[in-house]
Amino acid sequence: MNRLLTFAQAVNLALMEEMAADESVIVFGVDVPDHKRTFGSGAGLLEKFGPARFFGSPLSEAGATGIAVGAALAGLRPVHVHARSDFLLLAMNQLCNMAAIKSYVSNGEESVPLTVRALIGRSWGQGPQHSKAMHGVLSHFPGLKVVLPSSPQEGYSLLRAAIRDPNPVIVFEHRWCYSLSDYVDDGQVGPLEGCRILRPGRDLTLVGVSWMVQECLQAAAILARVGVGAEVVDVRSAQPLDAETIRESAGKTSRLIVADNDWLFGGLSAEIVSQVVEGGVFLQGLARLGFAPCSCPTTRPLENLFYPSAREIVRTAEGMLGLPAMDLTGDVFNEYERRFRGPF
Amino acid sequence: MTQDDHLRLYRTMTLIRQCQEVIIREYSSDAIKTPVHLGIGLEGISAGVCFRLPPGTKSFGQLRNHGQYLALGGELDAYFLELYGKRGGTGGGKAGSMHLASPAHGFLSTSGIVASTIPLAVGAALAHQYRNDPAPAVAMFGDAAVEEGEFWESLNFACLHQLRVVFVCEDNDLAIHTRGADRRGFDSISRAVAGFRCWTGEADGTNVLDVVALMERALYAMAVTPMPAVLVFRWTRLLEHVGPNTDWHVGYRPQPTPEALREADPVWKYEQDLTRRGLGRELAVIWAEVHDQVEGSLERAKAASYPDVGDLLAHVYADPTHLPAGRIE
Repeated sequence: MNRLLTFAQAVNLALMEEMAADESVIVFGVDVPDHKRTFGSGAGLLEKFGPARFFGSPLSEAGATGIAVGAALAGLRPVHVHARSDFLLLAMNQLCNMAAIKSYVSNGEESVPLTVRALIGRSWGQGPQHSKAMHGVLSHFPGLKVVLPSSPQEGYSLLRAAIRDPNPVIVFEHRWCYSLSDYVDDGQVGPLEGCRILRPGRDLTLVGVSWMVQECLQAAAILARVGVGAEVVDVRSAQPLDAETIRESAGKTSRLIVADNDWLFGGLSAEIVSQVVEGGVFLQGLARLGFAPCSCPTTRPLENLFYPSAREIVRTAEGMLGLPAMDLTGDVFNEYERRFRGPF
Repeated sequence: MTQDDHLRLYRTMTLIRQCQEVIIREYSSDAIKTPVHLGIGLEGISAGVCFRLPPGTKSFGQLRNHGQYLALGGELDAYFLELYGKRGGTGGGKAGSMHLASPAHGFLSTSGIVASTIPLAVGAALAHQYRNDPAPAVAMFGDAAVEEGEFWESLNFACLHQLRVVFVCEDNDLAIHTRGADRRGFDSISRAVAGFRCWTGEADGTNVLDVVALMERALYAMAVTPMPAVLVFRWTRLLEHVGPNTDWHVGYRPQPTPEALREADPVWKYEQDLTRRGLGRELAVIWAEVHDQVEGSLERAKAASYPDVGDLLAHVYADPTHLPAGRIE
């Protein structure tokens, strides 16, 4: 059944369905049951399932992650929620030294069916500790799975698949995605893996990660005005990475722009380009877009420079294709930021 | 404790001791290519804590885990196979000494990162509370773990939710080569945790019957009123931190007198106790049975085959069609 939902509502629906389907699913994290309910994603869950299944955590990200791992080993399917991805750095020992290795060192006898939801913060001065994306870092460790929903449909499908997966899965939800609104097919539970071609095209491949998928879609619409067909690929899963779909697209267009919601150095964009090049794909044009190589500044003018947008994707594409600069004065960029005026 | 109880307890202790002695004997053959954090002197705590755990108990430990593994009933062949890095080991050879586990006996995780399995025990206890399962969870760790933040986060959460989890501190006053006085801003672990809503107790870990008694009191108290317990058992590590040798000669701690060495040996002390009770002959029979078991298992491990390239990438991720052991279903 298709319903028009915001991303927040889609995540909420996914939790409702999984908690109703499997009573071993519990949801917890700092401030999870407060009146804000993690930007609305937790609405109604306390009321429907009770405090044993939906509860707040002390400020103990390391211990709480270990508690989630232990509960998973003992038969529950915990969903651990963090209001910011940056807080995962406190949980790295448990995620990477404990959860990631368990299936391997038990020779498949044990598994950790843990889901971690972490928000990627952005704008109104979130600053360096409330804006990180940790998917590059966490994808690095064998044993972890990492997914990044870019739309309400993916917010629903990827979360349901993550909860059902027997492995530790980290789901990065971008703060700006929360106010996206679109039709969601509630029968689509996953897949957890695989890229999705959101818009076919023959001239240029735009690979987007997380919120940058939306920027790629806006850039593709702009480029279409001058007859450039940009194929937009949503990565969806950073680990495992579906490099084959990306290679096929880049092989078809021979021009690749990877737009990551992260720094470039040693990040997912570097991995994608490596896997395309190692796959023998011939490229006439290649570019990566991501955060500026600095901490995220709080002041608005510098924040604007920190993040690439559809404008930068368009300019990069023009350079690659030898096109004159388009008139973008009528286009609005970073439009969704106008819906969020802070504080948190 | 009936006579059978005593003999069963002794069998566990001599099994642990003889396994450690065999590893000490064999280590120089360089076939056990894994660091071994042995528990000579720890046997009273391992055997005593695990002696009467309720069915369904979930246990967690750290790198000095051999005694806990064996006391929980872990398979002997799988133990030696793992130490020798062979197929059929607890982790298929891929885990090594620091990550022994036995899900079939509720022994779910051990780790080389100090304190890192303590929150896992709390999580297991949370799962039990959620399911109205009265079985406890047990976390065993050394005294240095109390300095790690994850210990306090775990204790806090367990006390907040009044979970049935036993935090067992094996206190030998050493973190590798550094004494407690050089690590701690407090004098007593028990007093440091006293402000939390939990049961506490201390005992001499070299007297196995004292360990059994304290553990029993703690389990009884938490069976009546769900709450965590923090138990501190003192012991002396008689070997180096890792490896098969003694290291008194290095000098970070004084060489003990022969009397002090005997006082620190829980196996010797229990043998003396049971011999005084007239069980000397039974002890000898048990010792010989365990000896044969251990030597047989060792030989099988030596002869077994190694994992090969096909095993390297196996189980990086869990297979969704495989139902893992140790989970509540």
